[in-house]
Amino acid sequence: MQGTVDPNKAALNYHNEEVAAPPHEEHPDLRLFGLLVFLGAESMIFLGLFVAYLTFRAVYPSWPPEGTPERELALPAINTVILITSSFIIHNADTAIKKNDVKGLRIWFSITAIMGAVFLMGQLYEYSKLEFGLTTNLYASTFYVLTGFHGLHVFLGVCLILAVLWRAQKAGHYSDQEHFGVEAAELYWHFVDVVWIVLFILLYIL
Amino acid sequence: MTTQAEMQIAPSAHAHVERKWWHYFTFCEDHKVIGLQYLVTAFFFYAIGGALATAIRTELATPASDFVSPNTYNSLLTLHGTIMIFLWIIPAGAGLANYLIPLMVGARDMAFPKMNAMAFWMVPPAGLMLVLSFFLESPQAGWTSYPPLSLMTGKVGEGIWIFSLLISGTSSILGAINFLVTILKMRVPTMTIHKMPLFCWSMLATAGLILVGTPVLAGALILLAFDLLAGTSFFNPMGGGDPIVYQHMFWFYSHPAVYIMVLPLFGAISEILPVHARKPIFGYKAIAYSSLVISFLGLIVWAHHMFTSGTPAWLRMFFMITTMIIAVPTGIKVFGWLATIWGGKISYNSAMLFAMGFIAVFVIGGITGVMLAAVPFDIHVHDTYFVVAHLHYVLFGGSVFGIYAAIYHWFPKITGRMVNETLGQIHFVLTFIGMNLTFMPMHELGLMGMNRRIAFYDARFTSLNQLATVGSYILAVSTVPFLINAVWSWMKGAKATDNPWNALTLEWQTSSPPAIENFEVLPVLTTGPYDYGEHQSEEGKLPPGASPALSGSSSGS
Amino acid sequence: MLAGIILTLASLWYGQNHGLMPVQASNDAALVDGLFDTMMTIGTAIFLLVWGVLIICLFKFRRKPGDETDGPAIEGNIPLEIVWTAIPVAIVLVLGIYSFDVYNSMGGFDPDAAGDPGVQVAMLSEGGSAMPLMDAASSKKARHNHMALGIGASPDEIGVAPDVTVNVLGMQYAWIFTYPDLGITSGELHLPANKNVRLNLKAQDVIHAFWLPEFRIKQDTIPGIESELRFTPTRVGDYPIVCAELCGAYHGGMASRLYVQAPEDYDKWVQESMPIVENDSQTAADLEKLASTVALGENRSDADYLVPAAHQMGLDAKALEQLHYTMPHDSMRHDAISHELMPHDSMPHDSMLRASL
Ligand code: HEA
Ligand code: HEA
Ligand code: CUA
Ligand SMILES: [Cu+2]
Repeated sequence: MQGTVDPNKAALNYHNEEVAAPPHEEHPDLRLFGLLVFLGAESMIFLGLFVAYLTFRAVYPSWPPEGTPERELALPAINTVILITSSFIIHNADTAIKKNDVKGLRIWFSITAIMGAVFLMGQLYEYSKLEFGLTTNLYASTFYVLTGFHGLHVFLGVCLILAVLWRAQKAGHYSDQEHFGVEAAELYWHFVDVVWIVLFILLYIL
Repeated sequence: MTTQAEMQIAPSAHAHVERKWWHYFTFCEDHKVIGLQYLVTAFFFYAIGGALATAIRTELATPASDFVSPNTYNSLLTLHGTIMIFLWIIPAGAGLANYLIPLMVGARDMAFPKMNAMAFWMVPPAGLMLVLSFFLESPQAGWTSYPPLSLMTGKVGEGIWIFSLLISGTSSILGAINFLVTILKMRVPTMTIHKMPLFCWSMLATAGLILVGTPVLAGALILLAFDLLAGTSFFNPMGGGDPIVYQHMFWFYSHPAVYIMVLPLFGAISEILPVHARKPIFGYKAIAYSSLVISFLGLIVWAHHMFTSGTPAWLRMFFMITTMIIAVPTGIKVFGWLATIWGGKISYNSAMLFAMGFIAVFVIGGITGVMLAAVPFDIHVHDTYFVVAHLHYVLFGGSVFGIYAAIYHWFPKITGRMVNETLGQIHFVLTFIGMNLTFMPMHELGLMGMNRRIAFYDARFTSLNQLATVGSYILAVSTVPFLINAVWSWMKGAKATDNPWNALTLEWQTSSPPAIENFEVLPVLTTGPYDYGEHQSEEGKLPPGASPALSGSSSGS
Repeated sequence: MLAGIILTLASLWYGQNHGLMPVQASNDAALVDGLFDTMMTIGTAIFLLVWGVLIICLFKFRRKPGDETDGPAIEGNIPLEIVWTAIPVAIVLVLGIYSFDVYNSMGGFDPDAAGDPGVQVAMLSEGGSAMPLMDAASSKKARHNHMALGIGASPDEIGVAPDVTVNVLGMQYAWIFTYPDLGITSGELHLPANKNVRLNLKAQDVIHAFWLPEFRIKQDTIPGIESELRFTPTRVGDYPIVCAELCGAYHGGMASRLYVQAPEDYDKWVQESMPIVENDSQTAADLEKLASTVALGENRSDADYLVPAAHQMGLDAKALEQLHYTMPHDSMRHDAISHELMPHDSMPHDSMLRASL
C-alpha cells in the first residue's frame, strides 16, 4: 500500500529514474528505438508534403508552370554532394567513439557541423539568387516550403551535433559503452540526408 | 482460481514515496499521475465541448436563428467538434493508455517518462488556446476546416485553430512513441506477445495509426498556415492551388483518427467484459489481430469522406470497397464480445452496463457507417444530419460509453475506493436514453433533407429537432450523477481491495492505488490474462476480497 | 429457429416500410432507394441479432447472488468464428456489387463527365497577392481533363446530348442558374419533366454542394473545378435545392427551388423569362436586380427562412433585400456580379476571392 513507506528508502528521488531504478531491473536502453520510431513519424510529414507536391505537379499541364524563372542546378548539386559526404564523415565519429577515441569524435563531428553550416549557407545563397518569391506561383511556394522545412531539419541536426560536441568536452561523457548522443545525432543526420536526396530528385531532377 | 502473477523471489530495492496531491499539478513523470492528469483535463474539456453542444441544440430547438448569430453558431460547432475530438476523446484514450499500459505489462513506468510528461503538458495550452479563441475571434470553418472557406473566416481564429491542432498533434505523436516502445519492449519477460492483455494490443494498433497519420495532418496544417498567413496558394484555387489536396491530406489523418478514438475503447471493452462475465475472452487472437487489421484498413479508406467532392468514379469505388471491408474485423470483435458474455455469470455493475451499452449503440453507428460507405447512398446523405447521427453513434455511443465503462472499471484501482453503484446505474440509464433520443431522430432528419452545419432550418424539421434538443438536455443532466459519484466516491467511497473484481491482468495484482513504481517486485506470469473458470474445479471458489494476488502491494515493509 | 424467422421477417418488413426517404422525383432516386431498402433490411437484421443477444444476456446470464464461481472456460470456437467472418464478407461483397451497379446505372462512370476547363493560373508578381488575374489570353489550362466529377450520362444515354443544359454557379449565399441556349439567368431552376438534364456546376468563392434531396443526387461545386450532374426529372412538382457544404455563416440560407414543370408550363416560363433586350445590352442595373433577388435565396417560396437571419442582424423584412450589401463578403460578391456577370460568360471569374482575403 501507498502508506507503507520505508523511511530509509523514501529519500530516493522518484523523479529521477536513473537513481530509482536498481541495476537488476534496469530495462535496456530504448532511446535509440524510440528515436527510430520518431523518425518514422517524421518521415510521414515529408511523405505527405512530397505526395502533395507530386499531386500539384501531376494536375498542372506543365511543371514548373510556364513563366517560372529558371533555376540553376550547379549550386544545389554542390550542396547535395556536401550533404551526402557529410553523412559518411559523421559515421567516422561513430567508429571513433566505439574505440573510445573522443578526440576523433570531436574532429569528425566538427567537420560535419561545418559541412552542415555550409549547406545551409548555400541554401540561403540560392534563395537570394532566385528570381521568384514564396508567393510567385504554386511551384515557387512548394519549392520554398519543402526546402525550407528540410533546411529547418538540417539546422536542428547541426544543433544536435553541436550539443554532442559541447558534451564531449567533458572527459568520459561519451565512451565505447555510453554514446547514445553520438548515435542519435548521427542517425538524425542520416535521416536529414536521405530526405534531401528525395527532395533533390523531386525538385531539381524530375 | 489463480492469479496471473506470482511473486518473484528477489526482493525489491524499490522505495515507496507517497504521492502528494500537488504532484498532480506538476511536471511529474510518473505514468499514473500523467494518466490521471490526462483523464481529468480531458473531462474538463468535455464539459466545455458539451456546453457548446448544448448551445447548439438550444439554437436548433427552433427553426429560426434566434439564440445565437449564424456566425457564432459556426464557431460553436467548429469548437464543439474540435474540442470533443482533439481534447476529449484522444487525450482520454491517451490517459487510459498511460495509466494502464505499464501496469498491464508489468513495467515500472513508460519507456520515456520525461517525454510522456511533455506530451501531457502540451494538451492544456492547446485546449486553452481554442477555448480562448472563442473570446477573441473563433474559427468558423467546421472541424474539417476546408479551404478556401477556412482562409476567409478570419485569420486570427483560424490561426489559433491551426496552432492548437499542431500542438495537440505533436503531443499525440510523442505519446504514441511511448506506448509503442513500452508495449513492444518493456513487458515482463514471461509475457509473450500472445499473453498480452487486449488493451495493449489495441493501443499498439492505435499508436501505429497515430504515428503514420498525425504527421500528415501536420503537413496539411503547415501548408494551410502558409496559405492563411503568408499568402501562398497551395489550397487556394485563386492562385492555382488545389483545395482537394487539403481534403486528401486532412482525411488521411482524420479518418484514422476515428479509429484512434475508438480502438483504445475496443481494448478497454475487451478487458471489462471477461472480468464481469467471469468467462475468458472469446477468440483472443482474432480480437487481438483484428485491431491491427482495422488500423491497416483504416489507412486506405479516407476518401469516403470525399465521395461528393473531387473524387473521380474509379476512386469512389475503390474507397467504397475498402471502407465496407472494415465491417469484417469490427464484426469479429463484436461477435467475440457477444460470445464472451453469452453463458457467463454477469454482474451488472456500472462498468458492465456501459460496456454492454457500448456494444448496443456502437453497432448502430457501425451499420450506418457501412451504409455511408455505399457511394450512391452517400451521395444523398453526405453532409446531412444522417452523418451527424452516425458520427455521434460511434463517437458518443462508442468512445464516450467506452470511456465511462473504463472509468467505472478501473476506478477502484486508480483511487483505492469503490464507486456508488446506484448513482452509476442512474448515470447509465439517463445517458442511454438521452443519447438515443438526441441522435436517433437525426437519421431521419438527414434522409429527409436537412443538411448539417446550419443555424436555421426549414420549419418542417422542427419536431424531430426538438426531440433531439430534449435528448441533449437529458444528456447534460446525465453527467451530474457521474460527477457527484466520481468526486464523492473518491473522497468518501468504500475502500477497495487490491483486486475487487478478481481480475487476472497484472494491474490488479498490485495495491489500489498502485505504489509509485507499480510493483514491489516484478511479477511473473502463471496464467493468461483471461483464464477465468479454468482452475475453479481444483481450487473452488474464492472468498471475495481475499485475493491471493501475490503482488508488490501490501507486503511493503 | 423461430427467432431466426421472426428476425428475418421483421427485417424484411422494416426494410420496405421505414418511410424514411422523401418522395422519388427521378429514376435515380428509385435506384438509390432500392439500395437503401436492402441496407436497411440487412442493418435491421444485424441490429436485432446484436440487441437480441444483449437482452437475453441481460436476463438469462445474471450472476446469482452468492455465486462466486466463474463461467465455463470457453476460449473460442474456430468454426463459429469462421462463420461470423464469412457472413459479413458475403454481405459486404453483395453490397459492394449492388452499389457498383446502382452507381453505374445512375451514370457515375460516364467518361465525359466534367469537361473541366481548368483552373486559370495567373503569375502574380512577388508578394503581390492583391494583383488581379491576368486576362484569359495569358492564362491557360492548368488542369488535365482526367478528373471526371459528378454523375454523368447513364449507360444508355452515353453519346446522347442532354435535352436541357443549365449552368449552375454557387456563390455565398445563392445559386445562379443560366440557360446558355436561352439566355436566361435566374435564381431558381425550372426544368421540363421527363427530359434529360445536364447541370454544369461551378463555384465562385468557396466550396458549395448542390443537393437535390428528392433526386438523391449531390455534387460539390469547387472553385476552379467543374463538375456535372445529369438526370431526368420524372415527377412534376417543386423541390428544395440545398447547399450541403459549409460555406459561411449563412450556409443554412443558401437554398433555392427546383420547379419540374409539364412541357407547356416550362415553355411558358421560358417565354416569360427570356430577356427582352439583347443580352449584351443588359444593363448593370438589371444585373444588380438579379443579384439582390437571388441573394440569400430570396426567390424561394418560403422566404420566412430568411427572417431569422435578418432578425439576427436587427433588420426588418424590407431591409432584407439589401442584406447582402451589409455583409463584407456579400458586398464583394455584389460588386462581382454587377461587373463580371456578363451574359455570355455566365461563369464570372472569381477575382474577388483574393480581394476578400
Ligand atoms: C469513433 C469514430 C468512428 C468510427 C468507429 C467510425 C466507423 C465507421 N465509419 Fe464513420 N465517421 C466518423 C466517426 C467514426 N466512424 C465521423 C466523426 C464522421 C464524420 C466526419 C465529418 O464529416 O465531420 C464519419 C463519417 C463517415 C463517412 C463519411 C460520411 C459522409 O460525410 O458522407 C463514412 C463513409 O463511408 C463512414 C463510414 C464508417 C464505417 C464503414 C465505419 C466502420 O468502421 C464501422 C464498422 C462497424 C460495424 C459495421 C458494426 C459491427 C459489425 C458487425 C456487427 C458485423 C456485421 C456487419 C455488417 C456486415 C454490416 N463514416
Ligand atoms: C466525441 C465526440 C463528440 C461528442 C461526445 C459529442 C457530443 C454531443 N454532440 Fe456533437 N459533434 C462532434 C463530436 C461529438 N459530439 C463532431 C466531430 C461534430 C461535427 C462538427 C463539425 O461539423 O465540424 C459534432 C456536431 C454536432 C452537431 C451538429 C452541428 C451542425 O452540424 O450544425 C450537433 C447538433 O445537435 C451535436 C450535438 C451534440 C450533443 C448534444 C452532444 C452531447 O452528447 C453532449 C453531452 C455532454 C455534455 C453536455 C457535457 C457534460 C455535462 C456537464 C459537465 C454538465 C454541465 C453542462 C451543462 C449544464 C450544459 N454535435
Ligand atoms: Cu453554399 Cu453552403
Ligand atoms: Cu472515415
